[in-house]
Amino acid sequence: MSAPLPRARTAGHAAADPASGLASDPAASRSRTARVWRVGADVDTDALAPGRWMAQPLPLLAEYCLASLRPEFAREVRPGDVLAAGPNFGIGSSREQAAAALRHLGVAAVIAPSFGGIFFRNAVNLGLPVLECADAERLHDGERIELDARAGVIRRADGERIACTPLPPFLWEIVAAGGLLPHLKKRMEPSSS
Amino acid sequence: MGGATTAPMTLAQKLVARAAGRAHVEPGEIVDCEVDLAMFHDSSGPRRLAPMLKELGARVRDRSRLVLVIDHYVPEQDDDSRRIVAIAREWAREQALPHVHDREGICHVVLPQRGHIRPGMFCVGGDSHSPTAGAFGAYMFGVGATEMLGVVVTGRIWLKVPHTIRVRFDGRLADGVSAKDLMLVLLARFGMNGGRYQAVEYAGTAVESLGMDERMTLANMSAELGAQAGLIAPDAVTREALRVAGVPDDAIDTLRWRGDAGAAVLAEHVFDAAAIEPQVARPHSPANGAPVSDAKGEGIDVAYLGACTGAKLADLRAAARVLRGRHVAIGVQLMVAPASVAEQRAAEADGTLAALIDAGATLLPVGCGACAGYGGRIPEGARVVSSTARNFRGRMGAADAEVFLASPYTVAASAVHGRIADPREMLS
Repeated sequence: MSAPLPRARTAGHAAADPASGLASDPAASRSRTARVWRVGADVDTDALAPGRWMAQPLPLLAEYCLASLRPEFAREVRPGDVLAAGPNFGIGSSREQAAAALRHLGVAAVIAPSFGGIFFRNAVNLGLPVLECADAERLHDGERIELDARAGVIRRADGERIACTPLPPFLWEIVAAGGLLPHLKKRMEPSSS
Repeated sequence: MGGATTAPMTLAQKLVARAAGRAHVEPGEIVDCEVDLAMFHDSSGPRRLAPMLKELGARVRDRSRLVLVIDHYVPEQDDDSRRIVAIAREWAREQALPHVHDREGICHVVLPQRGHIRPGMFCVGGDSHSPTAGAFGAYMFGVGATEMLGVVVTGRIWLKVPHTIRVRFDGRLADGVSAKDLMLVLLARFGMNGGRYQAVEYAGTAVESLGMDERMTLANMSAELGAQAGLIAPDAVTREALRVAGVPDDAIDTLRWRGDAGAAVLAEHVFDAAAIEPQVARPHSPANGAPVSDAKGEGIDVAYLGACTGAKLADLRAAARVLRGRHVAIGVQLMVAPASVAEQRAAEADGTLAALIDAGATLLPVGCGACAGYGGRIPEGARVVSSTARNFRGRMGAADAEVFLASPYTVAASAVHGRIADPREMLS
């Protein structure tokens, strides 16, 4: 994995890619260079937001995010990193703190072959991009990738392109707004004046 | 396009179509639905909703459609739980919520018990076991707090119309085998995403002969199967249970709320109910199930009867059938946390509770208890056999506990032996 990283692509570059789903909002579609954190299959909400810390404020709860699987994760993860997981990521409880903890830690996206249905909805509602990707498990821990979350496109250091299922536009709109709350706020503004 | 509107629909399609105000919906299409009822509890509800509502500067759209159940952090054990429960009670007063059930039991059990659920309804719950209401022919699914806020403010929610996976149990269950065992069989066979976030509909003669408590266990653990909803077409058993709950007879439509013959399903799985044995799921996944003989002899420290999955009246009675005239093994703690106050009273009245206590059970307060891991009753490192729905690592609050999942029969039998045991040998 010593191949030099390709230069970060500009928004214009991403928009020029016919597969990128076109970007009307360049900021939202800009590719990011991200470190990959790999976890396995069936990561449950107790691993993401342990019940015994559920009474605590989010910053404290987030310190225990994935503690049972990757004790170093909460300490070492950096804003912009992405999680690549096995199937059924986020199964279990409806507690949205599971997604909130990841977002609090700065995780830029979760990529997995499949997701727990409630977690998937919660992630969108909290502005955390979630991308279904059959090849998610081919990504290595520590690998650096470029991710265009809106288009659902991953580029590896060796240039390989991995396609994910992009979020449908009406869900991306919620993610891009930063979650359902800011999205609702925007929608309510015109009528509240 | 007259043909499209008359095409046969599954029960799930019919429920979603009504909520979407449409004559027909197709699986896979995204629709906007009106929500008949939104339930949340002390953990998922006010403490999260109130600040967001304020930030949004919005108001509750229709409080008559909201139900608050205080069940997770009660009884309050420390400052954190006191604070969380106080927020819930204060917000309920402030909003003048008409439907508040405080320390009456676990939300999924209290909701139908208090007559809130009826066939045909479209509901959301701030809890993953919300599919439980599907046992009554209502479409109900779990959502997180932010999405709940959207429902509270707009009264609506988007949905991808689900496909239906039909699971049929034909024949009769053997004595000592229960709904919990059926779900552990499905989980072992199809895994925790076997439901693919679609609707699972349970049918067949074995399901039809189950009482409501057992049907609720099937619908409830649809969450573990990864389904969005778990449905059972309502029938005379449903009607009787709802009548007892105070639902007017003309509000119970058992004819309309069933799938049409010929409606397309994603898959149909047929099982011979008589061939199913008691099951035990090893730590740390509900999908680790196998016939009880596989785990038989595994030593345990705690036997836990609790939760919406495993401490309803039928669950307590099942355990009592095994425990009558017997005693819990030395060194084993049998804990019982009844699912609701009403069920605890019924179990008191019919001698069920006495049988449990005579056998050495410790009675815990009604509520979610150790199931959600908020109560801290399971000692670190303990080996537990539990009638709850989940055995994820740390789920019951103790990071190093090993939890085996089983039916109330099997939990009771194991408590007597101090190791995982087959209840069928203990029923006369």
